[in-house]
Amino acid sequence: MTGNIVIISIVSMGAIGAVLSFFLAYADKKLKVQEDPRIEALLNILPNTNCGGCGMAGCRVFAEALIQGNASVAGCVAGGQAVADNIAKYLGVESAQTNRIVAVVLCRGGDKETVKSAVYKGEATCVAANLTGGEKACTYSCIGYGDCVEACKFDAMTMNDNGLPVVFYDACVGCGACARACPRNIIEMHPIEHKLFNYCRNKDKGAIARKVCSVSCIACSLCVKDCTVEGGIEMIDNLAVVSYDKCPQDDQPTKRCPTECIRFGEEEKMTKDAYYASLPKKAV
Amino acid sequence: MEVILIFISASIVNNFVLSYFLGICPFVGVSNKTESALNMGLATTFVMTLTAAITWPVWTYVLVNFNIPFLQYVAFIIVIAALVQFVEMFIRKSSPHLYRALGIYLPLITTNCAVLGLALFMVLREYNYIESIFFGFGTGVGFTLAILMMSGIREELEFADVPEVFKGISITLIVAGMMALAFMGFAGLIRG
Repeated sequence: MTGNIVIISIVSMGAIGAVLSFFLAYADKKLKVQEDPRIEALLNILPNTNCGGCGMAGCRVFAEALIQGNASVAGCVAGGQAVADNIAKYLGVESAQTNRIVAVVLCRGGDKETVKSAVYKGEATCVAANLTGGEKACTYSCIGYGDCVEACKFDAMTMNDNGLPVVFYDACVGCGACARACPRNIIEMHPIEHKLFNYCRNKDKGAIARKVCSVSCIACSLCVKDCTVEGGIEMIDNLAVVSYDKCPQDDQPTKRCPTECIRFGEEEKMTKDAYYASLPKKAV
Repeated sequence: MEVILIFISASIVNNFVLSYFLGICPFVGVSNKTESALNMGLATTFVMTLTAAITWPVWTYVLVNFNIPFLQYVAFIIVIAALVQFVEMFIRKSSPHLYRALGIYLPLITTNCAVLGLALFMVLREYNYIESIFFGFGTGVGFTLAILMMSGIREELEFADVPEVFKGISITLIVAGMMALAFMGFAGLIRG
């Protein structure tokens, strides 16, 4: 009797499965969608990281846009010049110059430089901590839980011992995932030619900004005066803002900055190997 | 008359989403925009009606007939999965735009507990074939109604001054709770 039930179960389930699979196989034949074979070929060229750096929902959407002519062949930031050339070759169009874009962390207020005004014991992510204001007294600063490092798919960021994110410029492809992950928007995407940055986002008045952090922009305007081109640097909302189309990328404006928040970024640009070589050697 | 009662009961009074809390995942996930919410509701209604129409004979002529009712979960899941596959192919063919808008939520109808719940309730309440189909259709209409109302409210919420900590999913769940409260007002309309 028990054996009977087993056999009946197997046969009836098998029959139901078989009927449904025949039905689906028939439907699949009838409802087949013809897909452009060029999409598949372009996907083989693209890096398939789905990083979103091109501004589209993924590599497949970008490939479709390429075929419809709605995207530039140089649009794939993760692939760089090599991928742009290959796409252009495949589509039979002229290749375009890619702009190398990298992430810049515009805050140097790590654990050593900033004043703490609270103790935070919640969920250790920047998004959560930002709801309560985080630990640091500066409400514009890096919160330091590394949401940007989590967001990076290219292993191009890490948190240093001072609680600040470091971008490895040899590994960064410029997809902008870290900039979108940062709840305080202190990470910006810039062409690699940009070298002069104000590494502070604090919009408070100088006296207040000075109290919360030793490397904050105190709106003293010395860099505005020192810039060799008129209007190359402007004071907006108590912050020195560099106009990249006007200001020459030299270190002239950084020389008299009392808090060293405006810097000529060459020394900040770190490669992965250089960073790990600079760490103190652990005892084996 | 009985059939109309079952339809109204399933769609409004005992709304699956708002009084049994089944199918909350697509209810929260696809209620951003009215258009995709309506399409999601229609796809789910289609799957639900077909599910009722097919699981009833499977239950009566296979599971009960051969005295193997303990296989109901397996049998129902197979039927639902096959139907969702079919709907997915159909939508992909007829409207690629809608296919992309629904995204991951379309295959997720397979695991939408409202669809399985509908098949199980149908068995539990011993409906006949016509009643089952109306029950399935009514449940789908109820789901569409709930998700459509939710998307309308959420579109308005975009412009509301929601406190920072309530933004996103939390305000959605609070609104869902309020809608459920409002739907409790229908409770006296039909018994059971």
